[in-house]
Amino acid sequence: MTCLKHTASLLGIISMLGATAASAQMTEIGAGEGELSIVAWAGYVERGETDPAFDWVTKFEAATGCMVSVKTANTSDEMVALMNEGGFDLVTASGDASLRLIAGGRVQPINVDLIPSWGTVDDRLKSAGWHTVDGVHYGVPYMWGPNVLMYNTEVFPEAPTSWNVVFEEQTLPDGQSNKGRVQAYDGPIHVADAAQYLMFHKPELGITSPYELNEEQYAAALELLRGQRTIVSRYWHDAFIQIDDFTNEGVVASGSWPFQVNLLKAAGVPVASTIPQEGATGWADTTMLHVDSEHPNCAYMWFEHQLSSNLQADLSVWFGANPSVPAACTDGRGMQTAEGCTANGLDDFDKIRFWTTPVADCSQGDDTCIPYYRWVSDYVGVIGGR
Amino acid sequence: MTTAPGLGGRISDRLWRSPGLVVFLLLTPPALWLGVIYLGSLFALLAQSFFSIDEFSGMVNREFTLKTYAELFTPTNLDIILRTVVMATLVTIASAIIAFPIAYYAARYAKGRWKAVFYLGIMLPLWSSYLVKVYSWKLILAKEGIISWFFEVLHLTWLLDAFLAIPVIGGNSLSVSPTGTFIVFVYVWLPFMILPIQAALERVPTSMIEASGDLGAAPGQTFRHVLLPLALPGVIAGSIFTFSLTLGDYIIPQIVGTSARFIGLAVYQYQGTAGNIPLAAAFAVVPIVIMGFYLWWAKRRGAFDAL
Repeated sequence: MTCLKHTASLLGIISMLGATAASAQMTEIGAGEGELSIVAWAGYVERGETDPAFDWVTKFEAATGCMVSVKTANTSDEMVALMNEGGFDLVTASGDASLRLIAGGRVQPINVDLIPSWGTVDDRLKSAGWHTVDGVHYGVPYMWGPNVLMYNTEVFPEAPTSWNVVFEEQTLPDGQSNKGRVQAYDGPIHVADAAQYLMFHKPELGITSPYELNEEQYAAALELLRGQRTIVSRYWHDAFIQIDDFTNEGVVASGSWPFQVNLLKAAGVPVASTIPQEGATGWADTTMLHVDSEHPNCAYMWFEHQLSSNLQADLSVWFGANPSVPAACTDGRGMQTAEGCTANGLDDFDKIRFWTTPVADCSQGDDTCIPYYRWVSDYVGVIGGR
Repeated sequence: MTTAPGLGGRISDRLWRSPGLVVFLLLTPPALWLGVIYLGSLFALLAQSFFSIDEFSGMVNREFTLKTYAELFTPTNLDIILRTVVMATLVTIASAIIAFPIAYYAARYAKGRWKAVFYLGIMLPLWSSYLVKVYSWKLILAKEGIISWFFEVLHLTWLLDAFLAIPVIGGNSLSVSPTGTFIVFVYVWLPFMILPIQAALERVPTSMIEASGDLGAAPGQTFRHVLLPLALPGVIAGSIFTFSLTLGDYIIPQIVGTSARFIGLAVYQYQGTAGNIPLAAAFAVVPIVIMGFYLWWAKRRGAFDAL
């Protein structure tokens, strides 16, 4: 019995030691552990298998001996769930996931002094609120970009100027209704797109940020989304199902990512994308390190790799996104060019309202804003026709 | 002088003397499998439904609460439950109606090689990948898919459009309508209905059908009073498959349909993508309760008397 007690207390001490060791940030980088697992968005970590020209993993593996494995996630909620489950080293978290990961204690602080190229990161991203809390960095900026409005160029000879084509029933330039021919994102964060639309068209609501909504503003956004439900046949969450719907289902306009736009263009489908007058929401992704990561040295090597290699330039071409290291647009480390970055919206940084997790305590006051879990359940309701 | 038996001999002597030990040794592995791996993991999941979730960080709060069950009764979640039960019921009824004549033919008329072809025809779809089948149906039912094309060739597009204009079951195309979800469910689960009905029909003696006819029963009467009651255990067994499979499926409503959630999809999304394991577990209890009631009703109707 005493023996059992001893074992129990010993286990307790060991687990406490483990906890302290994990919560402190790294102070030096040792030898690589030979492995690195990353939870990433589709198309984010390419090793030349989809297209041989796009490869930013093979060289990393050869140089460090860290073999990279990727788990693709479709939504931010999925990323948070995977990290809560554990067993992964890194995650390319968007702003609507990163703060939840920090609050949940699933990611560890990053010692930026161990990353030689940290200084090259875009100054606007270095201490961005979605990965830096109380002056502590919890991640390294990866890539950012807008949620664009994708449209069929045969139906729209000129780019739509407003998001109203996906929010309100109307006749499109080809003379037919948009009913059943538009899509919306199947994730609660889409409430923010509705709020941003209202910010422009209903200024009397006084929305200042689409991620900070009080009861009244939130109700208005949901009302808009309920109207949208009547014109949306199917919501999209899988990039490849959206691609199929634009090809076979007669969908002509939808909020989308440059990723789908590029793939559809490559397949010869007449589509293009635009950022309408209301502006756009966007994502700014941060690579974060799991608190119990078993391969932290490889992870720090990846941090340096993600900032200094061809990754920033080539990924920004591949995904239609913007590098977190502005120099990657011009210094020829990869395929990206200054014009390419401009086309991807590098200069639109200020027009984009980046995904952030909605919390109850916001700039309008404590406990006045609608927190994320209500976005989740209410959006399920809206899609269910309620 | 006798030699002492070897180790193998001693073991076999011991087993021969105590048959109880043999039974114990033979039954322990399957009992462990059923008890620990099968039921144990199920109860571990169900226990989660009494926890709750921290709404911001998504971490599970391991304290006993019924809050998660209360969440099941919000209008949104009741919608999901009702939608799923209605769909499962309709799929089951349609499967039974389609499967019965097929099973009847296979059991009564198909002989020799044709019988093999019949079995193969029913089983073949089960051997190909479920995902491939569902994706193929997405393309078949798509607005620019083969069904629309066929209606167009026949100049019947107006008919399809009129059908799709019906509220609740219609939509922009078959692939994004509840009807599409229904068609794919029926297609995918049909073999699970045909096989038990066929097995039940094969056990119905031909002489009874003939006797019924000899006694002056019309074919309809024979069907209602002789054939159907005798085949009912098969229909109920099949319906248990189709009903529970529809209750739990999460792939089909994700690929074909209106994006409205079903129970399986809700479990998948709450557990797999939102990390809300308690609510997912509570949702997982719903089909168990529904199936419990269904089996109880089926037993009262005498469905298991013939087993």
